Amino acid sequence: MGQKLVVIGAGMASGRALEHLFETAPGAYDVTLFGAEPRGNYNRIMLSPVLSGEKTYEEIVTHDAAWYAEHGVTTRFGEAVTGIDRTRKVVITATGETPYDKLVIATGSTPFIIPVPGHELPGVLAYRDLDDVEAMLAASRLPGARAVVIGGGLLGLEAAAGLKMRGMEVTVLHIMPHLMERQLDASAAFLLARALEARGIEVLCEAHTAEIRGQGRVEGVLLKDGRVIPADIVVMAAGIRPSSALAREAGLACNRGVLVDDAMVTSDENILAVGECVEHEGVCYGLVAPLYDQAKVVAKTLTGQEAAFTPVEISTKLKVTGCDLFSAGDFAEGPGREEIVFRDAMRGVYKRLVLEEGRILGAVMYGDTADGGWFLSKIKAREDISEIRDTLIFGPNFAGGATLDPMAAVAALPDDAEICGCNGVCKGQIIAAIDGGAKSLDAVKAVTKASTSCGSCAGLTEKVVALTLGDDFVLPAASGMCKCTDHSHDEVRKLIRAQALKSIPEVQQALQWKSSGGCASCRPALNYYLLCEWPGEYEDHGKSRFINERVHANIQKDGTYSVVPRMWGGITNAAELRAIADVAEKFAIPTVKVTGGQRIDLLGVRKEDLPAVWADLNAAGMVSGHAYAKGLRTVKTCVGTEHCRFGTQDSTGLGIKLEKALWGAWSPHKFKLAVSGCPRNCAEATCKDFGVVCVAEGYQLHVGGAAGLDVRQTELLCTVKTEEEAIEYCAAFYQLYRENAQYLHRPYKWIAKVGLDWVKQQVVENEESRKALTARFFHSQKFHQKDPWAERVRGTDSHEFAPLADLTQVAAE
Amino acid sequence: MNDFIDIGALEDIPSQGARVLRTHVGCVAVFRTAEDEVFALDDACPHKKGPLSNGIQHGRSVTCPLHNWVIDLSTGRATGADEGGVATYPVQVRGGRILLDASSLAARLAAQ
Ligand code: SRM
Ligand SMILES: Cc1cc2nc3c(=O)[nH]c(=O)nc-3n(C[C@H](O)[C@H](O)[C@H](O)COP(=O)(O)OP(=O)(O)OC[C@H]3O[C@@H](n4cnc5c(N)ncnc54)[C@H](O)[C@@H]3O)c2cc1C
Ligand code: SF4
Ligand code: FES
Repeated sequence: MGQKLVVIGAGMASGRALEHLFETAPGAYDVTLFGAEPRGNYNRIMLSPVLSGEKTYEEIVTHDAAWYAEHGVTTRFGEAVTGIDRTRKVVITATGETPYDKLVIATGSTPFIIPVPGHELPGVLAYRDLDDVEAMLAASRLPGARAVVIGGGLLGLEAAAGLKMRGMEVTVLHIMPHLMERQLDASAAFLLARALEARGIEVLCEAHTAEIRGQGRVEGVLLKDGRVIPADIVVMAAGIRPSSALAREAGLACNRGVLVDDAMVTSDENILAVGECVEHEGVCYGLVAPLYDQAKVVAKTLTGQEAAFTPVEISTKLKVTGCDLFSAGDFAEGPGREEIVFRDAMRGVYKRLVLEEGRILGAVMYGDTADGGWFLSKIKAREDISEIRDTLIFGPNFAGGATLDPMAAVAALPDDAEICGCNGVCKGQIIAAIDGGAKSLDAVKAVTKASTSCGSCAGLTEKVVALTLGDDFVLPAASGMCKCTDHSHDEVRKLIRAQALKSIPEVQQALQWKSSGGCASCRPALNYYLLCEWPGEYEDHGKSRFINERVHANIQKDGTYSVVPRMWGGITNAAELRAIADVAEKFAIPTVKVTGGQRIDLLGVRKEDLPAVWADLNAAGMVSGHAYAKGLRTVKTCVGTEHCRFGTQDSTGLGIKLEKALWGAWSPHKFKLAVSGCPRNCAEATCKDFGVVCVAEGYQLHVGGAAGLDVRQTELLCTVKTEEEAIEYCAAFYQLYRENAQYLHRPYKWIAKVGLDWVKQQVVENEESRKALTARFFHSQKFHQKDPWAERVRGTDSHEFAPLADLTQVAAE
Repeated sequence: MNDFIDIGALEDIPSQGARVLRTHVGCVAVFRTAEDEVFALDDACPHKKGPLSNGIQHGRSVTCPLHNWVIDLSTGRATGADEGGVATYPVQVRGGRILLDASSLAARLAAQ
């Protein structure tokens, strides 16, 4: 039995402290973790992307149930500690007392609510935890909802940008003459305000709130000058106060925060404190980087090692997509201080350095923040820059006007240049991690924690890894979808959902596409994402589809087309074969081939003949085989119990049922199925996107196979007892893939990204989720399960198949 | 001498789409952009003669359906690293009708 350690507060600082503790001395303590929030530790910094819809809560959880279990942490979430009895060494909660040998206070801060009249009205929110975000999201769902954000600092602006992205009308009230006055001077703040206004956020400076008005809930904000701004919610982002009341009441020495020494011990030797609730040498911190350093010290002190917290320079970045802002150090004006300012108002770039006695004290950058790390390293090192002062502001790349190669800039960074501000990771540590065996970006992140908190240094981290690994580095897929946007596929999908964007132009407008109208690479992806998200509502945009999906046949090298009718489960009959033969003769189709997908391909059909060919095939009861589609292709089957002496189930019958259930659906890439009647696997089910292998007790469902550019064997999803279940699980799996995978990723690529465990959770373990997926799939099928050939026989898109005019009929000169 | 002849209505071509015009010099692809500009060029990609009228039209370009070369509609030239081009034909839109310079077709026929 270890000693009893009680931790109050499941926040960013305590989470990190526990990690270090379990790394250095696993089992030294039995830990009980109290958290006032009804959830465990998560990355609070990332609440802004959750608010804007760029991330989900699940993505920002830092420690999950499995982690607590693995380290034997008893979690008491949703339970606030109300008192500490230091003589009896117990903490008190509503349910009773919990004894400790050592206690860590990590209660963070409390948002400051300006006590104007009306501040207690429902609808007045802080911005501190997930509950605040959920309250904001609930308000944003009302049509035409309006928000007022009080406070034009980092937090207030992130809240404003997020609420705007969720479709609210947003006004920011800032009491000072310009935004972020602690970091920016008036002209940089002007650039920032202009960028925010361009997004439709109203910014009012020197706006003094007199009163929050409303009958029973917020209706508006009255300013001292008499103006009234209507509002459904008011978000107060006017600062934070260390949460030190608990410590104070327990008689611990406190000033603004809980006083600690260099070892993070309070005035009681058995009680430590960490995080924003702490005051060290007169300073309370409000950014994670120093708190993570404190967390390391706490872990050491708890395990009896000497350690001391030393404050370092910290930097901040504004996490508003598209507004690049960086600030570090001290930038107040003062006697003996000089400034270097660079301004390019046209490009919206502003850089300012504050110098004193040949050293950089502070750096602010807006619009182009690439050199932030370089300046920060000079600030930290207190480097004498007198020699390079003339060109200093142009950054590390200044070498006689050479063009800016981002790789060269990174290569030029010294080893002690900070790469990840949140986790205090410098370039040298990343290089050391790579030398120590981390051979990929993910491995480097896991070892160093670089870019795992606010994520704004992801690009820089990647470049250091790329430079160090050289040719061994496999660059992760470029983050932007294509050159038209910096948003990744995943971000675009989430934003389509979050902002209810319903057409390609709307997406391009709202997400600030850089090209007019997109390109041949993003348009098909957007068309698919919208079609999948809004079945029945979104009108398919054929002009954003590749020709094969636009005319429902495969283009050939000579501009003719191939036609593949469906042959359900590979079963055909004399009438179908006769119709195929007749069509081949009637239209002089040069090649008739049996495909690898158990059906027949008519190759070399002239484009103008397509509707007539389809009309004849339709007449014989045949529909499109979608051999051209990012959608359901074939369901291969073997003969199964019907004829085969080894067959355990009716594989052919199940194959036909699956094909009839799934045909017509569109997906990120093609989707192929097979059903084999026994483990001899004659239908090759274990290299399909979804494969069924029948066994005596039921049906093994396999997923994520491929046999094209990559050859992959499937993995087992689960085994089910009945055909109905096999169909239900298959539809649920297909829908999960349809809703989540990036365009042009086959299921195996997507599974590699999200993990088979997660897929199992959604499709197998969580019945509710499976049923919901299946229901969404069949809802969408109501709109998509239509034969596109029959529609074109009836005249849809007839312009595709006939010339605009025939000038050969007019005599040539 | 220009000799503009009526080849159809603007609305006969879908926005961001193309139609084919059969001529004595072969098929000509007539494109309509999102901004309702109209361009006419040979319907045979400079790479391997892919039918450009079947490509995805974007901005003032089209991406060939066979191997994704991107052709600038106003010049007929391949963009980016690819080299080559196709003949273009002057077109105008007047009162919703598309007019094509037939003399340019004749000149092309003479050159062939
Ligand atoms: C017709 C067929 C070959 C045949 O004569 O048998 C065929 C023909 C084409 N395949 Fe295939 N594939 C055919 C079975 C396969 C198979 C085997 C299978 O499905 O059992 C595979 C490997 C299995 C797999 O997909 O994992 C296969 C892997 C590919 C790939 C690689 C896909 C991948 O993700 O790695 C492509 C390229 C792509 O889709 O991007 C491709 C692309 C193509 C295209 C569509 C190329 C194109 O874009 O023009 C070919 C069209 C020819 C045409 O003009 O009609 N074809 N293709 C087969 C049609 C099956 C059907 O009835 O629908
Ligand atoms: C929206 C937002 C964006 C931010 N962005 C950045 C950024 O970009 N960069 C950056 O460096 N920092 C950022 N921060 C600040 C950063 O999140 C904090 O510095 C950090 O979370 C502080 O960690 P902590 O553990 O001290 O406190 P917290 O993470 O706040 O954790 C304290 C926890 O203790 C709980 N608690 C309090 N009292 C009790 C009690 N009596 N009993 C039980 N539990 C209790 C609280 O409910 C809370 O969950 C941001 C903060 C917010 C809110
Ligand atoms: S393998 Fe497939 S893509 Fe390649 S030539 Fe054959 S049919 Fe075409
Ligand atoms: S034929 Fe056009 S790109 Fe090859």
